[in-house]
Amino acid sequence: MKNVYKIITYILLAAGAVIMLFPFFWMITGSLKTYNQITATPIVWWPVPAQWNNYTTALEYAPFDIYFINTVIVSVGTTVSVLITSIFAAFAFSRLKFRGRDTIFSILLSTLMIPSQILIITNYVTVAVRMQLMDTLLALIIPFTASIFYIYLLREFFNQIPEQLYLAAKVDGTSDWRYLWKIMVPNAKNALITIGLFNFIASWNAYIWPLLLTNSESKRVLSIGLKYFSGEAGTDYELLMAAGTIVIAPLLVIYLFFRRYIVEGVARSGIKG
Amino acid sequence: MFEPRWKTTLKALLYLSPALIVIAVFVIYPMFRSVWISFFKDYNIFKHTGSGFGLDNYKWVLNDGRFILALKNTTIYTIVVVPVSVVIALFTAVLLNSKMKGMKLFETLYFLPYITNLIAIGLAFKFIFNSTYGILNRILGLFGIDTIMWLNDPKYSLPALIIFGIWSGLAFKIVVFLAGIQGINKQYYQAAKIDNTSRWRTFTKITMPMLSPMIFYIGIISFIGALKTYVEVVGLYGNNPGPADTAMTIVYYVYDLFYGANEPPRAAAASVILFLIILVFTFIQLRASKKRVQY
Repeated sequence: MKNVYKIITYILLAAGAVIMLFPFFWMITGSLKTYNQITATPIVWWPVPAQWNNYTTALEYAPFDIYFINTVIVSVGTTVSVLITSIFAAFAFSRLKFRGRDTIFSILLSTLMIPSQILIITNYVTVAVRMQLMDTLLALIIPFTASIFYIYLLREFFNQIPEQLYLAAKVDGTSDWRYLWKIMVPNAKNALITIGLFNFIASWNAYIWPLLLTNSESKRVLSIGLKYFSGEAGTDYELLMAAGTIVIAPLLVIYLFFRRYIVEGVARSGIKG
Repeated sequence: MFEPRWKTTLKALLYLSPALIVIAVFVIYPMFRSVWISFFKDYNIFKHTGSGFGLDNYKWVLNDGRFILALKNTTIYTIVVVPVSVVIALFTAVLLNSKMKGMKLFETLYFLPYITNLIAIGLAFKFIFNSTYGILNRILGLFGIDTIMWLNDPKYSLPALIIFGIWSGLAFKIVVFLAGIQGINKQYYQAAKIDNTSRWRTFTKITMPMLSPMIFYIGIISFIGALKTYVEVVGLYGNNPGPADTAMTIVYYVYDLFYGANEPPRAAAASVILFLIILVFTFIQLRASKKRVQY
């Protein structure tokens, strides 16, 4: 009986894993097939020989290398900024005692309910018209240099560091600044890596804001470039799959190296809520 | 010594200012500004002048057939995607919690879609749904099912979006549920084992009750997330919200008004309506969860 359960569990899990991973498998193998293979009957499951030139062809159609660099600049830019602003703000909310602390914090938290669509309409005016940043990479970074959600997450981690350490440091005459960088930040290293990864991935996948704020090809990020490319490439499925793989590949690499941080971060933020 | 004083308040403000300035400009201010704009019949976003203050935009949106359609589509999508994905995720998490070899590998595989770019993987789904070359129709063909025009037949465009939506939301829920199950005190399960309790009974009497606060919490955020579905539509359909707008969601409608039709005040009104809908459901679900959930 026990073995039957085991076998059924394995079969179900394997079937589920196939469904979860199939789109990735189909996209990556599809990117290495010829047009005849990708549309062939019966189905060609494995690309032999691998058509690496699909990637060079896709690159000739659209400058994915430029999109890639733009996306890296924007993702790194927002992530570094978010980490810095969050470290400062979370430290203030977690350790410093000041008037109105809890009020300010709960007002900030309550704004998380607001759908971003409401904000985008006015933010577009602010960034494109008032700041005159239309069609710049800076426009894609500036509104996302601070995040209430990550301040909240980091504050939770900071709160777990014993308060006694802070009081002891105070008695010793250690400045807040020194304490933050010598004790708090090193202790919250894992949390900071997790937040950095979350932010990087979200920025990498951002769509509507870069769509609204950029016009020229040279300022496009991957999501936008891919969207336009899919309109142009039409039925060249193997090129579409190659372009899609270019966008997803860096995310897969990040996942392979940092899986632990991502999974723990998701589990934690889900439980905490 | 550690009482709040003006000096510490000033210092705190220094630490807070980088984040607070950004949040004030890009979250707090636009929140009020967009609501304000939504009341003007004509509003020039470049000159910041408006005329015709009133509820006209709200009346217009609520009487717009496309909005009603978006509302209907989003409701169907939400009502199907949330329960189905929660049940599948819960079931998968229970299986992944088995004490068997290879579970770590399965976890790694199941969590992978969490990091996906939906525009990119949408291309893969588009190809899977392709009526001529798509693998889905070929597999269905083996069972004698006729070709389905998944992305071009108005009857199937919303189901296709729902399938994509369920797939894309599963990884997150599985991660959270698995963490929740692993956080349940092992002694309950040991006691159940000693009493020779069946698996089903263990699940309904221990796992479910212990996990119910989390299931409700995930239910709420998935519900709200589903009401805001947008990128899935773009990933699957590109430049249009499906044949005859059959896959148009509320958020798609908002953005379409904003940059498609260039009607910022009406888009603002529609986004405020979306916010009110979300607010209502948040409160309803929070109330329901207080009554039923076992803490």
